[in-house]
Amino acid sequence: MAAMQAGKRRARFSITPYLFISPWALGFLFFTLGPLVFSLTMSFYDWPVVGERTFVGLDNYRTMLMDDPMFWESLGITSRFALIYVPFNIVLSFLLALLLHHARFGVGFFRTAFYLPSVISGVALVMIWNWIYSSEYGLLNYMLSFAGIGPVNWLGDKNLAVVAIIVASLWGLGGTMLILLTGLKGIPRELYEAATVSGVPGWAQMLFITLPMLGPMLVFTFITSIIAAFQQLTIALLLTKGGPQNATYFFAMYIYDNAFKFYEMGYAAAGSWIMFLIVLALSMLVMRWSAAWSYYEGELKSKDGGHDA
Amino acid sequence: MRQEYLLRLIAGLEEPTDGQILLGGRDVTDLPSAKRNIAMVFQSYALYPHMSVRKNMAFGLSLNGMPRAEIERRVAAAAQILQITELLERKPKQLSGGQRQRVAIGRAIVREPVLFLLDEPLSNLDAGLRVSMRVELAALHERLKTTMIYVTHDQVEAMTLSSRVVVLDRGTVSQFGTPLELFYRPANLFVAGFIGSPKMNFFETASRGADGQDITVSGEGFGRPVTVGLERPVPCPSGTRLTLGIRPDALEIVAAGSGHVAASVDLVERLGTESHVHLHLQASGQRVTAIVRGNHPVQSGDRVDLSFDPARCHLFDAGGEALPRALDAETRSLIDREKQIRTSLSTEEETHA
Repeated sequence: MAAMQAGKRRARFSITPYLFISPWALGFLFFTLGPLVFSLTMSFYDWPVVGERTFVGLDNYRTMLMDDPMFWESLGITSRFALIYVPFNIVLSFLLALLLHHARFGVGFFRTAFYLPSVISGVALVMIWNWIYSSEYGLLNYMLSFAGIGPVNWLGDKNLAVVAIIVASLWGLGGTMLILLTGLKGIPRELYEAATVSGVPGWAQMLFITLPMLGPMLVFTFITSIIAAFQQLTIALLLTKGGPQNATYFFAMYIYDNAFKFYEMGYAAAGSWIMFLIVLALSMLVMRWSAAWSYYEGELKSKDGGHDA
Repeated sequence: MRQEYLLRLIAGLEEPTDGQILLGGRDVTDLPSAKRNIAMVFQSYALYPHMSVRKNMAFGLSLNGMPRAEIERRVAAAAQILQITELLERKPKQLSGGQRQRVAIGRAIVREPVLFLLDEPLSNLDAGLRVSMRVELAALHERLKTTMIYVTHDQVEAMTLSSRVVVLDRGTVSQFGTPLELFYRPANLFVAGFIGSPKMNFFETASRGADGQDITVSGEGFGRPVTVGLERPVPCPSGTRLTLGIRPDALEIVAAGSGHVAASVDLVERLGTESHVHLHLQASGQRVTAIVRGNHPVQSGDRVDLSFDPARCHLFDAGGEALPRALDAETRSLIDREKQIRTSLSTEEETHA
């Protein structure tokens, strides 16, 4: 009797903590892990939205890599976009963060102003840029007309459209900037003062103190920028619809079209997983490379842990 | 924070609104920090966490274009002095507090500066380490013979490490002198209360008149007046308010009725070599601390008398400034010798309450 009660009590106690975390755990199970596994399964099927599903093994992947020119084209466009967007995003965010860090007045105002675009919903943001880029009544062309530059077809030109999307994407760098600003504020002032007293010039303080100390933040923003670049969809979808002549047909749009235009769910899932693998590989590359120059607080505690964990 | 501000002014990290900063007779007021040839040790040590100890020490030198061989020589020499040679390849995170402190000092030494600025360098160490580092700092100073300006809140550090002490009271210089001068001739109530532990006792008294260099004072509940000898005559009409200061070890506990003022014992702390006796005056209730050698038979609750040794009394005027007390020949020569010896070393120290 006593033993049974004790057993009951133990059972009740062991379930309580799980009940507490259950809202999150269930959410993760149904809305993150579930769809993840589901999409992986999907990618091995010929899975039309309506009709028969058939298991095709790795056929989706094989077709995509071997027989689909759109896959390679969209991947190329996305890579070129990322190649420009990622460095610009980090460098500009860093410069803005530096400015804010050293600013003596109006810090609160500018911090909010720079961050504001990150708060605005993607669709509203695109509406604004649509108006700016419009060739007939756009703000940009209006400004340029004062300099005597004729109307430019920003979104209609094959080369300019990509630039237009990069600029519009960079408008949302407030988040990255905020992370770097926090990082800058976290570096003890004494480190710079000690350097100043011992005659270390400003550029060297930047190179040998700020950058290594900011390392983890830079790596983080690097990786999130890569992810953002590969997931670029909203702006391209609403601003250019992939055009002109597929010049802004990003990889995410390719997946989107496969799923919601051609209703090839399995094929789209396979595309998502390829994107995941590319982003994973790039992230690991960044982490491995950053170990050489960035400083981690906990680095010494987990000597054997490695940095690609 | 004002004492830290003073250090930062000397270091060139802050700009003075007024006045001049002279370094060895040279006006450095407008000179950038890097050109002042000084080294600063920060309270937080300010070691670069991502660099090894060796790099921490070499960083500033290599960026100033010093040849590699010379840097290595200096780092090795400093490491040897501070006994951190085996730690050179470690990161600051792998060091204990005392070791970090050494590295911070090492980083200052390798610059071979004309002046060291130390901002409460020992305040982050535990008590035991603080004592041993204090001794090491003194030895280091003896060896380098470079002027050091040392900010501390710890009067023991101020008394033991310095040749000259500047006592700052709310941003103004309260007294500038040798450690023994501060102790035997505190310039005012602030210094008198700050130097010495436990604190000096103060009694509100009034003058009963001056006779040549002697002033006789008496306060509330005093059974008999105290006559204090001064160095030179000071006009002091009867009734002038004076503060009588006396250190706890100059108070004698005597049988009731035979001393200057009656007191009751509240608590006795027996430390072995000495006992701290906490009392209150029966007349005013004012708290007093006395130190007696060894184990005195007094117990809490005892009614006793306190006897003042007139030769060890300090007098302060209504403004808190000290009247010039007469010192015995021995103490006087001790202070004079201190002035001579320590001047040849030309060290300075700052302290702040």
